Amino acid sequence: MAASKTKKKPAPKKPSQKASKKTVGKTDKAGLEQLKKFYYDMLMIRRFEEKAGQLYGMGLIGGFCHLYIGQEAVVTGISSVQEPQDTVVTSYRDHAHMLACGMDPKGIMAELTGRIDGYSRGKGGSMHMFSREKNFFGGHGIVGAGTSIGAGLGFAHKYKGDNGVAVAYMGDGASNQGQVAECYNMAALWDLPVLFVIENNQYGMGTSVSRSSAGQLYRRGEGYGIPGEQVDGMDVFAVQKAAEQALGYIRSGSGPYILEVMTYRYRGHSMSDPAKYRSKEEVSTMKTERDPITQVKDMLQKQGIEEAELKQIDKDIKAIVGAAAEFAQVSPEPHVDELWTDILVEVQD
Amino acid sequence: MPTNILMPALSPTMTEGNLAKWLKAEGDTIESGDVIAEIETDKATMEVEAVDDGILGKILVSEGTEGVPVNSPIAILLEEGESVDDIGDTSAAVIPAPSNDDAAVDVSAPVVQSSSDVAQAAGTIIENRDILYAQGKVIEPPPFDEASFFTDTINQTVRDALRDAMAEEMRADDRVYLMGEEVAEYQGAYKISQGLLDEFGARRVIDTPITEHGFAGMAVGSAMNGLKPIIEFMTWNFGMQAIDHIINSAGKTLYMAGGKLGCPIVFRGPNGAASRVGAQHSQCYASWYAHVPGLKVVAPWSAADAKGLLKASIRDPNPIVFLENEMMYGQSFDVPTSEDFEIPIGRAKIERAGADVTIVAYSIMVGKALEAATELAEQGIDAEVINLRTIRPLDRWTILESVKKTNRIVSVEEGWPFAGIGAEIAALCGEHAFDYLDAPVTRVCGADVPMPYAANLEDLALPKPKDIVNAVRKVCYAD
Repeated sequence: MAASKTKKKPAPKKPSQKASKKTVGKTDKAGLEQLKKFYYDMLMIRRFEEKAGQLYGMGLIGGFCHLYIGQEAVVTGISSVQEPQDTVVTSYRDHAHMLACGMDPKGIMAELTGRIDGYSRGKGGSMHMFSREKNFFGGHGIVGAGTSIGAGLGFAHKYKGDNGVAVAYMGDGASNQGQVAECYNMAALWDLPVLFVIENNQYGMGTSVSRSSAGQLYRRGEGYGIPGEQVDGMDVFAVQKAAEQALGYIRSGSGPYILEVMTYRYRGHSMSDPAKYRSKEEVSTMKTERDPITQVKDMLQKQGIEEAELKQIDKDIKAIVGAAAEFAQVSPEPHVDELWTDILVEVQD
Repeated sequence: MPTNILMPALSPTMTEGNLAKWLKAEGDTIESGDVIAEIETDKATMEVEAVDDGILGKILVSEGTEGVPVNSPIAILLEEGESVDDIGDTSAAVIPAPSNDDAAVDVSAPVVQSSSDVAQAAGTIIENRDILYAQGKVIEPPPFDEASFFTDTINQTVRDALRDAMAEEMRADDRVYLMGEEVAEYQGAYKISQGLLDEFGARRVIDTPITEHGFAGMAVGSAMNGLKPIIEFMTWNFGMQAIDHIINSAGKTLYMAGGKLGCPIVFRGPNGAASRVGAQHSQCYASWYAHVPGLKVVAPWSAADAKGLLKASIRDPNPIVFLENEMMYGQSFDVPTSEDFEIPIGRAKIERAGADVTIVAYSIMVGKALEAATELAEQGIDAEVINLRTIRPLDRWTILESVKKTNRIVSVEEGWPFAGIGAEIAALCGEHAFDYLDAPVTRVCGADVPMPYAANLEDLALPKPKDIVNAVRKVCYAD
């Protein structure tokens, strides 16, 4: 037995609470456009989630509803460097991933309210939506299951030779599931094109990472020879840069890659979670000092973008989200016959 | 325009709550995301965040108020430039969820639907057999001329028939691949995949590590992304590691996706008791998986069954649980040579016609039932033996037509009695053939114990032809 086992576990790294030293530096037009797009995409997620929270509060959304507020930079940064043939799968905190895949806010919101025009015709709900057209494969309610499915998406990319990469998101909680280790092994063994993204928001429901996870999550692939990297998930540029490099590595045929993105959710685990397991100071520090959207907004202002223009962007987004919410309330519930459809694909004799 | 801030529901079960504390006062500026109040739900004290920007114009429910109904206005939010004077009627305008219930009652009412592939409007005739099955209907199977395939046959083992079925389908469709433990270089733990690696190569015949949960989930993901996996579990006992992916990921996706994403996949391997391998390696999973809407469960007996049903399973766009039996692998039967031979899923086969009693069995028990029928014939009892072939969707029609003719039925299975397939058949006969029965529906099952290792005890735990003969004599009141 190796004597080095006594080595003290390093303290888990939190997302840096210091503001990023990075200034955009890119004064060129492309850089500004990217900045604006990040601002738009992240604000769209936030406003969508705020509206979902409001509709939940009105009783229009039922059951479980897990919001992405605070984590916007993760999916926004990664999706910004994906290619069209890439596929995405995630767990139950999935609204943002669908928006990032280009799915229609109306269809997502209508699914949240359980209506016929939802992506799953009202039969899936918040945690279960899919879009083959947009290469989004769920939306999975079983913690860890999406990771195996993601490895399988990657297996199919390699089998078909379509140069696609599967981006498989999981939370810090899921990273402890046995099947995640099983899939690290197989993905490495077979050089599958899979980007494993651990969205480490510090808490698996109410249990902090330090109470649930030994070692460091991005290093969990080392034994399998999978490179891993930890990145500041409150900084969308840092996420983008890391994802770009990781996707390049994977697409070159080198096999899977683990990206542990240090992030933070401002809201509870789900709508009914009062989040008593962390201090209000911790939450408010993250919100006021590290907010991914505020960071980008500041950069935009430094680039000379007027407050009025930023307000207009917010207004435009609110109009889209408002229309989605309206649509999600006027769309009818599924017809009663829908109870019986879609259990099996009918086979003609 | 002033807008109402409503009492939010903050848990799936909350209908009212207490307004514990206001954190903003009238006249305060509010930005979306600001915590404006604390409320006590049925579970916890929660913070209420503002969704819109504005000014807190008026507080309608003071702090400390208990039992505030969800969705009642608790405050009024003003936009920039508005004053308290702009507040008019303070009654809430809550948008109720529109419902289609009316349309269901009034057949003539147009149903608002987003696309044309929706289920039939109420009142039309449903022809989708899967829907009818789900609703518990008894449906006559479409005609299937199986005999026509038997003009040209070869004699082969169940093992070889399974291999040939996979090889033929892999030749026909590049999306089909085989994955499992020892399926490639070892040629299959039970030699079912003999020769497949040589013919199809390592891209399509893939040895896995011993990680059933992980590779079953991977296979599901690959099926969603356009492939047609055949997953071999070395035995179904190990497949239990993967039961979450079989049920939750494969079985439910089509429904959860509103029909927009399916999972064409075959999970196959030996099921049931082998010989002297003890409790963890000897059990029947038919009842477990047959419980699940969204799965099809197939259990062949003969080599022809094995070939025809496996080909149908690989071609089927749905997730299939394919239950083989190790004791049958080496047994030989006549098998049609035609590559078009495919046995439709959902159809039972009458293996032996008879007039006095119906014996229903599946997998290895079909052979035991036929042995029993031979012995019964010598005793003057003419038994009809039904080979179920498919457990789900069960061929209710063939079973019921038989029992209406014989008025007596014995079900035979290797699995445990409680909530087993025999229990389902008993319920079926009770619901649809009660008036035809001349004797109680009787089950012959495996003993309700974990499988013992000792040879004499194992023998007692499994149904034998003698047990079937005894059960039949009982329902025929022959003793």
